[in-house]
Parts: sequence; C-alpha cells; structure tokens
Amino acid sequence: MILKYSIQRLLMIIPVSLAISVVIFLIVHLLPGDPIDNLIRVGSSPEDRIALTAKYGLDRPLITQYFLWIGQIMTGDFGQAIVLRRPVADLIAQNLPYSLQLGGLAFLFSSIVGIILGVIAWASRNTWGEQLVKGFILLGSTVPGFWLALLMILLFAVNLGWFPVSGARDWTALVLPVLTIGFGGIALVARVTRVALLDVGKQDFITLLHAKGLSRTAILFKHLIPHALLPVVTILALRIGWILGGAVTVEFVFGRPGLGSLLIRALGQRDYPVVQGSLLMLALAVMIGTLIGDIAQAAMDPRIREATK
Amino acid sequence: MSMLRVQGLGVSIATISPLSGVSFELERGEIIGIVGESGSGKSLTAMSVMGLLPLIGGQVDHGTIEFDGIELTSISETEYRRLRGGRIGLITQNPMTSLDPLKKIGPQVDDVSRLHLDHDKSQAKARTIELLGDLRIPEPASIYHLYPHQMSGGMKQRIVIAMALAADPDLLIADEPTTALDVTVQAQIIRLLGDLVKQRNLSLVLITHDMSVVAQTCDKVMVMYAGTAIERGRVQDIFNSPRHPYTKALIGCIPHGLSKTVRLKGIEGTVPGVAQYPSGCRFHPRCGLAEDICKQTVPVFETTGNRAAACHFALGTAQ
Amino acid sequence: MTLAILNWLSGFTALRAFSSAMGMIAGGFLILLLLVAFFAPWITPFDVAAQNLANANAAPGWPHIMGTDEFGRDVFSRVVYGARTSLSVSATAIGISVSVGMLLGAAAGYFGGMFERIVMTVVDLTWSFPDILIALIFVAIIGPGLTSTTFAIAIAYLAQFTRLTRAQIVRLKNETFVEATINLGATPAHVVLRHLLPNALAPVIVVGMLAVGDGIVLEATLGFFGLGAQPPTPSWGAMMSSGTAQLFIAPWVIIYPGVAVAITVIAVNLFGDELVRALDIRDRVRS
Repeated sequence: MILKYSIQRLLMIIPVSLAISVVIFLIVHLLPGDPIDNLIRVGSSPEDRIALTAKYGLDRPLITQYFLWIGQIMTGDFGQAIVLRRPVADLIAQNLPYSLQLGGLAFLFSSIVGIILGVIAWASRNTWGEQLVKGFILLGSTVPGFWLALLMILLFAVNLGWFPVSGARDWTALVLPVLTIGFGGIALVARVTRVALLDVGKQDFITLLHAKGLSRTAILFKHLIPHALLPVVTILALRIGWILGGAVTVEFVFGRPGLGSLLIRALGQRDYPVVQGSLLMLALAVMIGTLIGDIAQAAMDPRIREATK
Repeated sequence: MSMLRVQGLGVSIATISPLSGVSFELERGEIIGIVGESGSGKSLTAMSVMGLLPLIGGQVDHGTIEFDGIELTSISETEYRRLRGGRIGLITQNPMTSLDPLKKIGPQVDDVSRLHLDHDKSQAKARTIELLGDLRIPEPASIYHLYPHQMSGGMKQRIVIAMALAADPDLLIADEPTTALDVTVQAQIIRLLGDLVKQRNLSLVLITHDMSVVAQTCDKVMVMYAGTAIERGRVQDIFNSPRHPYTKALIGCIPHGLSKTVRLKGIEGTVPGVAQYPSGCRFHPRCGLAEDICKQTVPVFETTGNRAAACHFALGTAQ
Repeated sequence: MTLAILNWLSGFTALRAFSSAMGMIAGGFLILLLLVAFFAPWITPFDVAAQNLANANAAPGWPHIMGTDEFGRDVFSRVVYGARTSLSVSATAIGISVSVGMLLGAAAGYFGGMFERIVMTVVDLTWSFPDILIALIFVAIIGPGLTSTTFAIAIAYLAQFTRLTRAQIVRLKNETFVEATINLGATPAHVVLRHLLPNALAPVIVVGMLAVGDGIVLEATLGFFGLGAQPPTPSWGAMMSSGTAQLFIAPWVIIYPGVAVAITVIAVNLFGDELVRALDIRDRVRS
C-alpha cells in the first residue's frame, strides 16, 4: 500500500517539475544585464558579439530556448557555464557533495537534538526546565544565521583556535557551519515537537491509555512521541530544501563551496546556465524533501494511506 | 463490604473547587447512575475514582474513596496503576477520539491483559478475539487488524468496552458512554452494559445526562448540580417521589410516548460556571420554591432511610 | 476623566498584551525603539557620516560607547540610524506583503476553482523555498538597493500571508452567518470585504507583526551580502557587511548591530506571543 502511494506521489513530481522549470527559465531571463558583456574582449567587433550570442543560443526566441534547454537537461546536459567556461553539470557535481555533507549533518543534528529538547520541554512543563528550552527556542529562531556564524568564528576559531576559520579541508571545518545551521534548526524542531506533544497530550485517547494502567513512560514513547512526530516530519521534510538552499549565508561566511555559493556567484556574474542549473537542483531537493515527508507521513499514519487509495 | 464507597469527596484544581460534598455507595452487581447537566461535576467524580485528576492539574482535597476496602486517596501511583485497567475499567464519552488512531485496535486491547494478567502476545490476542466475540462484534479475528478510522462509532465504543473488560475488572466506570452515538446504537450499548453487569457480576457507575437511561438500567441514582450532589437514593424511590425540586424538574424533562396533551417541561436558565457558584443552595436562582434561606444557607444532606436530599424544602417530608 | 479613557481603552482587546510583565517589557522596548528611530538626529552624539580616519577602529569607550568603524565613524550613532532603516524597510515590506497576500488569499479562498489551484500551487512552491533565496533572486533581477530590498522581502513573505488568509476565509466561508448573508442577497464583494476579511484580520495582522521580525533579519542578511542599503546609508546589515573585513581587529563593528537585530526580533516575537494570547487566536494563527 505504501509502495503504491509512493509511486503515485513520485509520478506527481513530473508535472510539478515541468512547471518549476518554466518558472526558473523565466526568472533567469528576467535577470537584467547581458552575460555576453562579461565574455567579450574589449574592442571586439559587433560581428564577434553576434557570433558569441549565437554560440550560446541567446539569439533564438524564448520558447525555442526553453525547449532546447529542457531537452538537454533530460540527457543530463545542463549547458555550458558562460563565465566559468565549464559544463554546468560539472560545476554542480563539484559543489553538490559539499552541500549534501553540510546539509545532511546539519539536518541530522537539528532533528535529533531538537526532538530531544522538545520532549524535555514537554516533560518539564510548568517548571524552569520548560522556560529554559523556550528561551533557547526564542534565541535560535531569531538570531540571524550569518551573525551567529561570525560570532562562532570569533570565539571558536580566532580566540580559542579549535576550528579553522574557513574552507572545507577536513571534518573540523564542518563543525562550526553545522553548529550554526543546527542552532536555528534545533530551535525549529524543538518548537514543533513541544507544541505537538502539548496538543496530543490533551486528546481523549491519552486519558484512556492512563485508564488502562500504562505507565507515563510507556505512554510517552509508544503513543505521544509517534503522534508528535507527524508534524515534525512534515516540517523537517519541507526544510530539506531550506537547509540545502538556506545554507547560502553560512557557506558564504565560512567560505565553503556548495550549491548556495555557486548560485550566489552565478547571480553576481549573470551566468544564466549556472543559475538555471543550480536553481533546478535546489527545486529538485525541495520536491524530494516534500516527497519523503509525504511518504513518511503515510508510513506513520494509516488515515493518510487510506485517504489516498 | 461495598465495592465502592465515596464519602464527602471534594476536588480542587489550582485555586478553585469545582467539586464538593459528593457521597455514594455501590455494592457488587449494582448499577448507580450519576445524572446532571453538563458542568455539574459528573466527569470529575469519575476522574477522581480513576485517580486521573493530575492529568488535568487537579487533586482530591476532601473526603475518602474506598474501593473494595482499599483507600484510594492514600495509595501510591504504582499501586493505582495496577488497579486502573486491572480492577477498575473506564469507558469514555467519545469513542471517535478514545482510541489511538495510529495503532490497530487489536493490540490496543491486548495491552490490558498483557499488563494486568501477564499474558504473552498470543495469549493476549486470543483473549482479545474471544472478548470481541462476547461483545457481539462480527468476525472478531479480522476486526482485530483494523484501524480505528475504519470502524463505526458504535463498533469503536465496543472496542473501548472490550479494553475496559480485558483484565476482568470488578468495577466499570462509564462516562456518558452513549452521548456521541446514534440513537439506535445508544440503546444497544446501554443494553450491552446492563447484560455485562449481570453476566460478570460487575459494579457499574453509569454517568449520563439522560434520566430515561437511569430509569431503565440503574439500581441507584445520584443527582448532581453545579459541582455537588443534591439527591441520591434507589431509582424507584427517586422516580416515584423526588424530594429535590431539581430532581423533580429533571424527571419532568423525560418525554413520554406521543402524548400531545402534556407539554415537555424544560428548566429555565443554565448551570452556573465554577467561578459563579451562587451562595447558599446553588440551585436557588433557578428554583421555583426558593426563599431567603436558600440564598443564605447551604442545605445539608438530610438522610431518611436509603435516600438523601440537600434542600431546605425537601418535598414529601414533614409538611 | 481618567476612568473614561481607561474605559475607552479597554475596548481594545489587543492592549491586554501589555498586561503581563513580558508583554510590558517587550512592548515597552519596541515603543522605545520606535522613538529612538524617529528622534535619531536628536539622540546621536556624532554625525553618522563623519569620517575620522585618525580614530578608525577605536575600541568601545568614551566618547564612542560602541567604538568606531574602519572610517572612524561612531558605531552607536550608526546603530541608532540603522534602526530607522531596518524598521522602516521591514515594516513597509511586510505591509505590502500583508495587503497583497490578503487580497490574493481572500480571492483564492472565496472563488475557489481553477483560480485557487493556480494561486495555491505557486504559493506552495515559493513557500517551500528559503526566504533568503527568494529575496536574493529578486534582488538579482532588479538590482541592489533599499527599494528592491523592500520588494524582495515583501515577495519572500507573500506566500505566508496568502496561505493564512485563504485558510481563514475557507474556514469562515462555511459558517452559518456567511451563508445567511449570501442567502439574503449580498454580493460576493460585500461578503468578502464586509464579513470575511474583517473576521480574518486579527490572525493575519498578528502574524504580520511577527513577520516584521523576520523581515528585519532578512533585511540585515541582504545588507550583509551588500545588496541592501548602499553606503553611506547606515543599516544594521550593511554595517556588519563592511565590518567583516575588520572582524579580527574591530569585532564591535559587527557585534553591536547584531545585538540590535537580535534584541529587536526577540522583543517582536515576545510581544507577538502576548498579542496572540490577548486576542485568543492561538489556533487560528497556526494554520
């Protein structure tokens, strides 16, 4: 049943991807400025310019350009970077692992610590323990990421010298970026977990579980947490895209390669194909995240499996 | 020895006292009905006996609750947990929300016998299926594997009853077990509960706002109003000659057949909230017989034989 | 007289947000911040633009209580002026976002059908993208500056308000009083403008107020990327951007504007929570 549901959801990605690709294509062509300006040598003739424009297919009608582009992408060809003069697919392949590494670790870190904190806040409700976690949640969801990153660098890299200031040489360079993203991520997950636990705790069936003679611990782990995880999983899945793309600022501050930095650089240089390619990858990540979230929901909740049969 | 004896029960939640002065007694094999409008304290009484007040931040601050010789207000949480589900079963108001929607219904019933009868997985399953059959649920072996959302309300309420019965309890507390169900199903469930009490020699506390249900099924009745008990006694006595004006009015609310000549009587006004309990007799603002004394002095329970009423002008006494 | 005023004020349920200690502190801080931003020229001890290279990167002390930046400008004065930029940009942006989002959401919720599906597909799509990415792309399209930052922030949060308003409208649409109004012959415009929107207003306004906090962070982030306020206009983000180069020799240039952002956003959130409580709309804010 899960399998059937998953395939259904997977097929729905196709039309959505097509719609997204149109949006991305249009956005990119709305970008002002001519990328050829960056390419052409000073003192070239107008003929050179026309030739160069034709070489990148920029002289054809938009619709033709779109279908050419989408056709190429189907074959795994993301085009040629105009400024960097390399295949976009290579650039993506080069940067994606860094994003996945950082995003994956930050994701795991935020979900595990966030759920634990949320449960602690719930279990210690109406005591100072709850206030402490609530304070952390407030801080984590308000402090700007780039500022936190700078403070981390000041404290742990410059003053204490525990971790490198920037770069991506080895695992030590990952610690501060993961902590920075995790700070906000933990706050988000802890908040959702806590609220969900409070909601579920009020339901009738929890009273009846107590009436059956189950212990508080058994009720927490067998019933409350599985319920509370439903919204947590939804939020987490939605945030897969956030974590990959939202790492932009953190990648920037720590000077790490990654999809975010690639996109920022390409936006600055008006490198159309690279912007298109990296946006498409991020959109794909968002969709895969949502898909995983939906499937996980269906796996956890029989009512959802039923509703979509 | 009584199965359940409650004396002078009072409950506090934070700084308020939503329940006070509740006393009743129940023998093995008997059914007592606790009636009253919403907000009269019926469910709080049930929660007190189950020891579940901490869930809503409350506690018993007056009186005693004695179950089969055990004083419930002074036992530890661990001991209480053994009684809950083991010797005292609870049936809740809304079957729609009383089962964990993420788990199959069979294992939810299994929990009880595994917890209290030390059954292993297969013993518990066999017992559950047998029990579902006893409760007239068709094809219990396949029902076992369904999720709550795949069943009707009446079916779900039978599952909740099965859960309450799974460890062979001595006492059942049913908190408005039919309120959320269709009228036709209501009758079935009430009949089922009555039969179970006879077959298994159980005691049942039946909480309801429906006087006609009390008349059909109960041996005793306690009437509650605004967080306190106002009259109790055997069902025949109460129905034949109610002594508290409120009880009388409640009985007046029961429809009788298709008579066109008798207009149904309602009771003017509503039950006051905890914060606005009136002084003196809490019923006096709605009472047709109220006089000055009712506004000033809280009436005490006046016991005559098997019955008691808390009213300054208890009907059918001295005058 | 005082009593009459108090009576009149008690009609405004929202003011109950000030009744708790937390609401008082947070709300008081925000009012103070607004006053500071408004009276900036009278408060600041130094000219925000006055350079004094001889006194560049001076540590906090007297008379520069927050130190000076790489041009010797007074950091405190710039933080005070930065409040002007950050608050006005964020508030304007969220104002635009709330108005457009409410109209879109109300239309989608009321008319339903194909129109709703298209709007909601686009909205859901942008909603699942990080706000910073949406703002970055937008600024890349129309170029850096405060105006484009304002619009970028407005667009980044548009989805949120469209979703929220639509949810409220869909919930209200099925209520009996709306059905009754329609049965009495009211036009759709009348129903939406006079009945649905006013009822949907409270949660949207409160979420908008909370979003002003997010907007301040986003403005700071864009400023940090050098895409927001352009020199010499002081803004909290831009200050931190130019401060990065001096991170190791003059960290105060970055620390103080960041603290300003953090405290402001925390105050906005705390006060927003109190508002939610005062208006009793917790359930409606969440959807």
